[in-house]
Amino acid sequence: MATPNIPLWEVFIRSRNGLAHKHVGSLHATDATLALQAARDIYTRRGEGLSIWVVPSNAITASDPSEKGMMFEPAESKIYRHPTFYDVPDEVGHM
Amino acid sequence: MYTQALNTSDGDDRHIEDAARATQFQARIDADERIEPNDWMPAAYRKTLTRQISQHAHSEIVGMLPEGNWITRAPSLRRKAALLAKVQDECGHGLYLYAAAETLGSSREELVDAMLAGKAKYSSIFNYPTLTWADIGTIGWLVDGAAIMNQIPLCRCSYGPYARAMIRVCKEESFHQRQGFEIMLTLCRGTDEQKAMAQDALNRWWWPVLMMFGPPDQVSQHSDTSTKWKIKRFSNDELRQKFVDATVPQAQFLGLTIPDPDMKQNANGNWEYSAIDWDEFKQVLAGNGPCNRDRLAARRKAHEDGAWVREAAMAYAEKRRQRSALQAAE
Amino acid sequence: MTAANIQVSETPLVLYTLRRADDALILGHRLSEWCGHAPMLEEDMALANMGLDLLGQARELYSYAAKVEGKDNDEDKFAYLRDVRQYRNLLLLEQPNGDFARTMVRQFFYAAFADLYWRAMMRSTDATLAAIAAKSEKESAYHVRHCSEWIIRLGDGTEESHRRTQAAIDELWAFTGEMFSVDDSERGLIDTGIAIDPATLRPQWLKTVSGVVREATLVLPDNNWMQQGGRSGRHSEHLGHLLSELQSMQRTFPGATW
Repeated sequence: MATPNIPLWEVFIRSRNGLAHKHVGSLHATDATLALQAARDIYTRRGEGLSIWVVPSNAITASDPSEKGMMFEPAESKIYRHPTFYDVPDEVGHM
Repeated sequence: MYTQALNTSDGDDRHIEDAARATQFQARIDADERIEPNDWMPAAYRKTLTRQISQHAHSEIVGMLPEGNWITRAPSLRRKAALLAKVQDECGHGLYLYAAAETLGSSREELVDAMLAGKAKYSSIFNYPTLTWADIGTIGWLVDGAAIMNQIPLCRCSYGPYARAMIRVCKEESFHQRQGFEIMLTLCRGTDEQKAMAQDALNRWWWPVLMMFGPPDQVSQHSDTSTKWKIKRFSNDELRQKFVDATVPQAQFLGLTIPDPDMKQNANGNWEYSAIDWDEFKQVLAGNGPCNRDRLAARRKAHEDGAWVREAAMAYAEKRRQRSALQAAE
Repeated sequence: MTAANIQVSETPLVLYTLRRADDALILGHRLSEWCGHAPMLEEDMALANMGLDLLGQARELYSYAAKVEGKDNDEDKFAYLRDVRQYRNLLLLEQPNGDFARTMVRQFFYAAFADLYWRAMMRSTDATLAAIAAKSEKESAYHVRHCSEWIIRLGDGTEESHRRTQAAIDELWAFTGEMFSVDDSERGLIDTGIAIDPATLRPQWLKTVSGVVREATLVLPDNNWMQQGGRSGRHSEHLGHLLSELQSMQRTFPGATW
């Protein structure tokens, strides 16, 4: 008999105060409480974390890589959104 | 811990795919771009990686058994804590690797079931027994040393989730080889009996460790696709030579003799080793190693004995869902 | 050189410290037996973490006992060169792992006590014990949390898991009383504030345990006969086998350094 699947969770950890939570990996757990404990036991064994988020993997909505042209390329031409687009003489100093 | 020996590609059953997409895919690989889970990829790339990563994961989990055999007998509390932490790391590494394999579309349960059914391979090295405490030192020193040779290039593998898992694994494993070497050094500086124990362990593990790198390049089956896809960056023989060259001076430092009397250093500084008994390797891969049956039996027992626990947790989660649905309806 | 048993000068403080060290070592050893064999990989990680916490506690306590004793004993001599009659751990902790329910119930009964115990010991007038307590309390608190969650799931999971967990409670209950008992050698330490009186912890322990057991749809046994003996070296038969494995290297190769 095939082994029944236990749900997959994605783990995000804040390593230091002031930093954002960062994806560190995945794990299997039947519910959120066990998922959080498993994340602690698996991903913070070397003092890597101060705060943990766990999210059911199937709750993540992801963009489709095949649409990356439509999704992301239009932003590439908007160079006026970057400070380097503008000329300010050196003698003005840091701005 | 190790999968180099198990790589085989699926060049033969590759489906006819959109030639343009395949060309584009190869162009991305050639440009050193990373491939991510939802990206288009050739079916053979997916299949090769699923097999390689899951075999790597199985190796980590089965690899817990020979070392786990000595946790309860470790000769000092310091050694006991270090060994438990090391074997626990291997469990973690198996877990990271299963998760990387899962991004390719197979569940951990499917992958584990295949291993338990004897359909998926794991590294041949774990089918040898750990008979003395010196075996624990030797595994850390040589088996982990060989694993590191293989795993460092995998950190740059073209498949993003695998490369990321390997970066984490390599970072954590940095203490494993040192732990093993320290055990060997203590034995070699100890009593005559301890030194003999260390030499005996080296004698038994040396050749199986060299086999870990897989068949020689001239008979290695189509590793060209793995190289083309940047899953594999060095050949079996290249890595084996690198390992031997790194290990010989360490053995000399320990005062141990590598069980290969004809070994000599050539003009390039490489240590030339004698012929490897590939029949033994084939027998172990075919299931005839000294511990194949014990290893599979131990994993099956853990899986079967744990079934009621996993079922209970699933049943509880389902009850909770139903209760909160009822509460919401009230 | 021989691998004979060491002699320990069991002054009240040495004995007191050794008892807690033995508790941590024996339970940590039991947990380490699971490594590679747990019901799922995530739980293999968790059991090893708890085992490592306990091994760490044992090492600190043994080192302190050695310092207080002031002879040439050390953590390894205490662990590897005392026989069954010299071990001072609670009977509960040497009980075999059994199935996962048995392991979790054993861990839960002890952790629920240890958490309260170490929290109280943070006020010990002995600075070293107070410092060990501060570290151990956090570890035990997590063990309570982890085991509680499992007991609730096992009790309120399937029929089989309920049956197994109830059986584990029924089997292990008689070993819980020993955690709260005190002998004359400890009484003096309690009077000077070095130790705390564990009997004062029992109401809170019972509250925690009953709460979790109730939520798990399980029951505590009516039988209040409690087994005693571990603290004075009268153990169950299980400990001898555990020690023969734990100590095999030190006994086979007397005096060697590893």
